[in-house]
Amino acid sequence: MNIKDLPEESLFTPGHTACAGCAAPAIVRNMMKIFGKDTIVYTPANCLLVFSGTYPHLAWKVPYLHEAFENTAACLSGIARAYKKKGKKVIAVGFAGDGGTYDIGIQALSGAAERNEDVIYVCYDNEAYMNTGIQRSGATPYGADTTTTPAGRKILGKLEHKKDMAEIMRAHEVPYVATMSISHQKDFIEKTKKAKEISGFRYLHVLSPCPTGWRFDPSKSIEMARKAVESGMWTLYEAEYGEITNIYKPKKKIPVEEYIKGQGRFRHLTPEMIKALQDWVDRKWKKLYGELPQ
Amino acid sequence: MVVTGDYASAYGALLCDVDVVAAYPITPQTLIVEEFSNFVNDGITDAELIMVESEHSAMSACIAAQACGVRTFTATSSQGLALMHEMLFIASALRLPIVMPVVNRTLAAPIGIWCEHNDSMPERDAGWLQMSCEDNQEVLDMIIMAYKIGERKDVLLPVMPCLDAFILSHTVEPVDAPSSDEVAEFLPKYNPYAELDPEKPMAIGTFTPPEYIQELRYQQHVAMERAKKAIKEVTEEFYKKFGRNYYGLVEEYRCDDADYILVTNGTVTGTAREVVDELRNKGKKVGLLKLRFYRPFPAEELRKVAENAEAIGIYDRAISYGVGGPLFIEARNALYGYTLPVYNFLAGLGGRDVTKKDVEKMFEIMMEKRKGEIYWLNTRGVKI
Ligand SMILES: Cc1ncc(C[n+]2csc(CCOP(=O)(O)OP(=O)(O)O)c2C)c(N)n1
Ligand code: SF4
Repeated sequence: MNIKDLPEESLFTPGHTACAGCAAPAIVRNMMKIFGKDTIVYTPANCLLVFSGTYPHLAWKVPYLHEAFENTAACLSGIARAYKKKGKKVIAVGFAGDGGTYDIGIQALSGAAERNEDVIYVCYDNEAYMNTGIQRSGATPYGADTTTTPAGRKILGKLEHKKDMAEIMRAHEVPYVATMSISHQKDFIEKTKKAKEISGFRYLHVLSPCPTGWRFDPSKSIEMARKAVESGMWTLYEAEYGEITNIYKPKKKIPVEEYIKGQGRFRHLTPEMIKALQDWVDRKWKKLYGELPQ
Repeated sequence: MVVTGDYASAYGALLCDVDVVAAYPITPQTLIVEEFSNFVNDGITDAELIMVESEHSAMSACIAAQACGVRTFTATSSQGLALMHEMLFIASALRLPIVMPVVNRTLAAPIGIWCEHNDSMPERDAGWLQMSCEDNQEVLDMIIMAYKIGERKDVLLPVMPCLDAFILSHTVEPVDAPSSDEVAEFLPKYNPYAELDPEKPMAIGTFTPPEYIQELRYQQHVAMERAKKAIKEVTEEFYKKFGRNYYGLVEEYRCDDADYILVTNGTVTGTAREVVDELRNKGKKVGLLKLRFYRPFPAEELRKVAENAEAIGIYDRAISYGVGGPLFIEARNALYGYTLPVYNFLAGLGGRDVTKKDVEKMFEIMMEKRKGEIYWLNTRGVKI
């Protein structure tokens, strides 16, 4: 199935206030086309909460709940169990940012995964706390300039590499883990559909290029997502009960330098820093594919 | 049945036919969760039990479940309540009548597990009804009444029945339990005001600008005020059905002609009642006002007994540093404009016993019309 085969109407409607070129609305809109109307959506505090509706306006056509920032998976558990008790079938879906997932939300996420709650947890990963003004998160890549890891005179951006969240979730041996990218639409749709059909805990992790935080031209979001995959900065795979069942291997492996080139957040990187980032990608690549890139 | 306060709490939830329970253990609340787990695993109830990974998640899950239109229950204490703090405001602002017994335990540091009210009292502004129980019968009955009060359409607020750590939570007492049928007649199935349902989509808790939030705060305040009437009506109705009278927000004991009145909450009340009887036998005109509710605060009831009294003493098992006991602060506020002396007695913090001698001392200080307002009893090395 292709993106063109999806229904025209989404339950996440136009009229939201995301920045131009933001990948998050595209992720949510397409997923909602697949999840359908018997869905209850939770969002924690993040960009999506703010741009999807400021009372009395709302871009959601399904029941929608917000409580707080760190509790997405716990709130989804509450929704799923209430509906289990009611004896009705609904899909409980949460859309959390990387901050709400990698950092403050990981406790609730890990707990719900371990309990194998019947919910879908989606992390749209824009690699920083965008809603509060581009601060570093556990998802921010090495070297990136954020407002809390500024490229200063002494320290040039973030000193640590990105945490491997999908692997952490895979270690929970939940029914389904998938990493996704909006640049690979067919893969995106298939994984979303699969997640819908499986029951138990499902974790979908989507790279979500953010022109504002990454500082690139808003027309280039899909291109950024594609280059992330081609460079190995972002990998696409599926895992069922902890076993990788499907890996997407890019035909062409491009250097990391090519990916970071158009992004203001990496503008200050020295050749040594670019090498450090490339080494990290190579290690990750080797772990996943068992060989170094050609 | 002869049961602990914790068992009475869990049994109360069972009788109220709760749908979803999400909880996390903490001494001395643990037994509540354990007992409820037994009910579930023995097939006595088909409630959904979510043994979450923290209290923050417990309250988050209860809020979400209750927003889906089902009756929820959790329980906590001390550090657990403090961890929930953020979510308590969300439960009340979303007008979800969740019921959560709190077993009052001292808040670290240093870490201790015994009775103190400094865990629940700081939550006075979270928008929850807060009640305190004197014995295990009151615990059971209060849980049933809590749902009835909180779920009223003119209230719609969450409720926190408080019980003293160990003194009630782990102490067995005879408790008269109504049948589930009787409770079902008193407390019909939960009929939510609004719920998340794909058949009629709506949003709850959205991002809201300054043009709207103040009105919601006002409505919450009005609901809390209305709760006073609801409490009176529900306790009355409970009395008619079950024969146990809880007299609304307070209980007056020999206050009619009393010159010196001690105001208490929780288990100290039992001790104080005995002291009042003994002093009355000696011809002293003393009385006792038991506060059943901290929120809403029974200001009118307090003013009524203060009308002809010579002095009022407020007993506190918690301290608001730099000011005095939380009940004292409230009481003085309620008695604004009155000229009688108002004393504050702090005793039993950290779980130390409050004895009859301590209570006698409180009356003594009042009757001697001593100077000063705040008295710490039994504080070694500190003179009073
Ligand atoms: C307990 C708590 N701490 C901090 C915040 C402030 N806060 C709101 S959104 C946010 C960042 C969200 O970042 P992320 O999850 O990555 O989503 P994004 O905004 O990037 O889409 C923060 C720190 C909060 N709402 N609650
Ligand atoms: S800051 Fe980034 S993630 Fe947030 S709305 Fe703008 S583009 Fe999207």
